[in-house]
Amino acid sequence: MRHTISVLVENKFGVLSRVSGLFSGRGYNIESLSVGETIDPQISVMTIVTTGDDSVIEQITKQLNKLIDVIKVTDMTELDHVEREMVLIKVSPRQQDKAEVLNLTEIFRGRIVDSSQKTYTIEITGDEKKIEAFVELMRPMGIKEFVRTGKVAITREGVKK
Amino acid sequence: MKISGSEILIECLKKEGVKYIFGYPGGVVLNIFDSLYDNKDVRLILTRHEQGAVHAADGYARSSGKVGVALVTSGPGATNTVTGIATASMDSIPLVVFSGQVPTMLIGNDAFQEADIVGITRPCTKYNYLVKDVNDLARIVKEAFYIASSGRPGPVLIDLPKDVTVGKADFVWPELDIRSYKPTYEGNKWMITQGAHLIAKSKKPVIIAGGGVILSGAAKELKEFAEHTDIPVTMTLMGLGGFPGSHKLSLGMLGMHGTYYANKAVQDADLLIAVGMRFDDRVTGKVDAFAPNAKIIHIDIDPTSIKKNVRVDVPVVGDVKKVLAVMNKVLKEEVKEQWGEVRKAWLKQIDAWRAERPQTYTHSNEVIKPQFVVEKIYELTKGDAIITTEVGQNQMWTAQFYKFDKPRTLLTSGGLGTMGYGFPAAIGAQFAHPEKLVIDIAGDGSIQMNIQELATAVINKLPVKVAILNNGYLGMVRQWQELFFDERYSHTKLDESVPDFVKIAEAYGAVGLRATKPSEVEPVLKEAFRIKKTVFMDFVVDWKEKVYPMVPAGAAIDHMLFEQAEKKAEKKLKAVK
Repeated sequence: MRHTISVLVENKFGVLSRVSGLFSGRGYNIESLSVGETIDPQISVMTIVTTGDDSVIEQITKQLNKLIDVIKVTDMTELDHVEREMVLIKVSPRQQDKAEVLNLTEIFRGRIVDSSQKTYTIEITGDEKKIEAFVELMRPMGIKEFVRTGKVAITREGVKK
Repeated sequence: MKISGSEILIECLKKEGVKYIFGYPGGVVLNIFDSLYDNKDVRLILTRHEQGAVHAADGYARSSGKVGVALVTSGPGATNTVTGIATASMDSIPLVVFSGQVPTMLIGNDAFQEADIVGITRPCTKYNYLVKDVNDLARIVKEAFYIASSGRPGPVLIDLPKDVTVGKADFVWPELDIRSYKPTYEGNKWMITQGAHLIAKSKKPVIIAGGGVILSGAAKELKEFAEHTDIPVTMTLMGLGGFPGSHKLSLGMLGMHGTYYANKAVQDADLLIAVGMRFDDRVTGKVDAFAPNAKIIHIDIDPTSIKKNVRVDVPVVGDVKKVLAVMNKVLKEEVKEQWGEVRKAWLKQIDAWRAERPQTYTHSNEVIKPQFVVEKIYELTKGDAIITTEVGQNQMWTAQFYKFDKPRTLLTSGGLGTMGYGFPAAIGAQFAHPEKLVIDIAGDGSIQMNIQELATAVINKLPVKVAILNNGYLGMVRQWQELFFDERYSHTKLDESVPDFVKIAEAYGAVGLRATKPSEVEPVLKEAFRIKKTVFMDFVVDWKEKVYPMVPAGAAIDHMLFEQAEKKAEKKLKAVK
């Protein structure tokens, strides 16, 4: 099963390679990994998407916790949480498809962030399903380039009723 | 007052109570060596290879319980430490290894004798550091000693660029605060109580004691636990000495070369109490067929060890000594079960297995049996010695035929299986215990992997003894080739290439002795123990001898091969011919 694991780490050089080395050294799989500073510049957060059965995920969280620079490990999959990913897609649609591209971008609440005579670059943010749906719709329009950030995730707070 | 980085380093070592550093000089550590030159508190022991330095520090650590320290130069000096570091890492041995590094401004430039040792050792250290500012040095050294020796211990490497050790700063011994590293020492009381109730209910329990018992100093608590509950104890290779080998509840070692009765007991058990061990494949054999009827209580300080290889019913994360102390208390005060009668049947069954296939070998009057040498060493030392081993048959025969009664008396590379470990480790152990008899039980293959350390032993007047079980082969590999590769001895026959160990010893200024007949074994050992010098003993042993019982790799641990069975097959074969 796929899990999204959020890891708070000390913001020091070498930490990323400790984490990625742990995955490669023990044969775990990384689907995506994104890293960035938190509000406290001494701490970074890594969001790792990985797959494995329960025992593998248990080992992954334990092994991550064992790393000296890791402050906290949270398996988001077990919690109510919000996941987002951003992609940038460069498409070069035929003349007759241009309106459709703009239309779809609008529907998916994307933005055109760059354009040329032949291309549009679209920024789109959302969860995995939304992004996949958009990519499928863009595919026949002629995708030239495609980059994605990898997932980031945050837990939801309960709302009093 | 500002002092140089290398002086700060020495101040730190003094604060940590370091008496010996094992090391080797080189370009970028010259100024550290210069600071050590007339220092009275910290003594540098020059080994003859950096691998030897790290193994010596490791032997010092294992035999004393203190942190072992090594110091080497950059590049090749640093890369030569990798085997030693990985050895310590696999066996959870606390080391701090200092490596020199090229000046920070040259790092990444492929400078002379530059190696990315922090990158190289990342997977085989508990933690490692590159010091970039002399002002961080004292804090990093303090953290390193703390990380190495706390929680599940392990090696820590500190890479010291030359400009950092030359640069000046005030020496401040800081307070420790590592927010991301807080080992769990106290076991969960509820879990421990669950375990105690399982123990009370069980009819056929077995304790498996591992290296964690020795590392946490829990031998006393373990003995109390086993004796109070009347549960037999088997040990992993790393656990030998954690429970007295001569105790009536001891089953000896389990696993691939474990005793018949230990493996039978584990396979038949209804409860395993795993204490400070990690279910290595050499212990479990085929995991799916391991202890099929047993519930498992697993006590370990490292959460990643639990449920890694086998299913666990009651996990207890904590320091073995502390957990066992609580367990003993719970059993005595809360459970108060009377298990005397129930245990009697179980212990009787185990005695029957013990009688069926005792741990033994066939004696000979013509050729020296390697097991005989080990037995004689045990007999003559009465177990009062520190034994190191190399890796292979010598190691397994030592584990089988020397009864380790006390912790920290067997120093052996269990996890990594490093040939060439035993001799430098013996040197380190002798520094920690100048009055003790320290013996490396070696093979003719292994001893050649760090034989240069003879110089270190001799120049320091160390009375280290090396008993070489010389069979002219890389014996353990030969054994596998004989059993599983149709006796095709590919590159395992050393034979006439084996040097004259007596002459080698003499060339270095040590004493060399040789025994070729069984009757010579005892006199040679006695002579060696009498001489207060480094002694190599060359025991020319029966090359055909194999380590039995043996569980073929990947088989269940009660699928054992025995010497007797093989003899019978041989006889049959002869009769047919």
